[in-house]
Amino acid sequence: MTLAATLLAAEGENPLIPHAYELVVGSFAFLVVFLVVGKILTPRIQKTLAERTEAIEGGIKKAEDAQAEAQRTLEQYRAQLAEARQEAARLREEAREQGAAIKAELREEAQTEARRIIEAAHAQIEADRQQAITQLRGEIGRLSTELASRIVGESLEDEARQRRIVDRFLEELEGRPETVR
Amino acid sequence: MTPLMLVAEDFTAPGPSIFDFPPLYEGAPSWLTKPVLMAIFGAIVVTALAWSAFANPKLVPRGMQNVGEMGYQFVRDQVARPFLGKDAERWMPLLISLFFLILLWNLFGVIPLIQIPVASHIAFPIVFAVTIYVIKVYLGIKHQGLGGYFKNMMFPPGLPKAIYVLLAPIEFLSNLIIAPFTHAVRLFANMFAGHLILAFFSAVGFWFLFEKPTLLGAGLGVVGAIMTIAMTGFEMFIEFLQAFLFTLLAAMYIGGSLHPDH
Repeated sequence: MTLAATLLAAEGENPLIPHAYELVVGSFAFLVVFLVVGKILTPRIQKTLAERTEAIEGGIKKAEDAQAEAQRTLEQYRAQLAEARQEAARLREEAREQGAAIKAELREEAQTEARRIIEAAHAQIEADRQQAITQLRGEIGRLSTELASRIVGESLEDEARQRRIVDRFLEELEGRPETVR
Repeated sequence: MTPLMLVAEDFTAPGPSIFDFPPLYEGAPSWLTKPVLMAIFGAIVVTALAWSAFANPKLVPRGMQNVGEMGYQFVRDQVARPFLGKDAERWMPLLISLFFLILLWNLFGVIPLIQIPVASHIAFPIVFAVTIYVIKVYLGIKHQGLGGYFKNMMFPPGLPKAIYVLLAPIEFLSNLIIAPFTHAVRLFANMFAGHLILAFFSAVGFWFLFEKPTLLGAGLGVVGAIMTIAMTGFEMFIEFLQAFLFTLLAAMYIGGSLHPDH
């Protein structure tokens, strides 16, 4: 038996002729699928996809806004930081100036004080010297008189004469350079 | 007679009769056959799958919704948008129903125990093709006017007058008679032939390895088995491709009626 013969013998129906009942079933099946999948379900997924697109776009917008906000805050912080730095620098400068002023003032005061002390000391020394000179003068006069009276053997009782003699002697002494000092 | 012919003496290749199904059981109505049952089953499965994916869609998809969205976006981006442009969303319900139903019906061809591509019975492709044809002609007349529709179809502008003598009847024939016919037959023939090829190779494998195992025939049986596996993979590709192509042509026809110039 050849293949063609087999095919011919086996051929019961022409496959290109549709069965009427299959047309009905096919239409019915397609209608059901179209009504449920197409008319009920597809709009739902379309809506969800649209919402998702919107959500993503919204999310992107939100993220952009947040980024802009962050940028603004950063700028603000930077500005504040710069301001603070400037302020700090200013304060430091001020402090330095103040320090320098205080130092100068203190030095001035100290110098004045020192000068005052030195002057006072000088005055004291001068006074002491004067006092010492006066004392010394009296002492020297008495000692000289006593010495002289012992040497001469006579008492120089006359006070006035005695003082004159001493004074003359002292003037002579003072007349010589670099004697008492 | 060669030895091979001797070996194959009793083997009969499966013919078109494998597409003839008796009623499902003794005393059943004559329309209740396996293809009819599978057509209904397929419609139910498509509806159920689509329901589980899209009934309560979430902004952040999970599980079935991911799968469904993949199919939806495939049809939308590859079929609807290229041919329908801004009308794509409006026609998605029809296109998605077409694609999912045809795809599942086709895939029945390689699903064990079912193993019958529903579209290998020409009635089913005819239902789809006629639906699209009716929509196409209706939209064409609605959007271009009765005269405009035929004028745009048969007399595309910018050609020498003599050409129209030849072109007008060809365009008329091609658009209104051949197009719906090929639309249906392309799907039908692919499924029919694919199923026949699969049946043939599996029959070869079964016959020479189990029914009449002979030393000489065993090689043939192995070839048949291997080819069955290979062709099953190929068939899956063809089944997907034909579902895609059928939907694509539907979108093209509808787009052509809505916008004749493109």
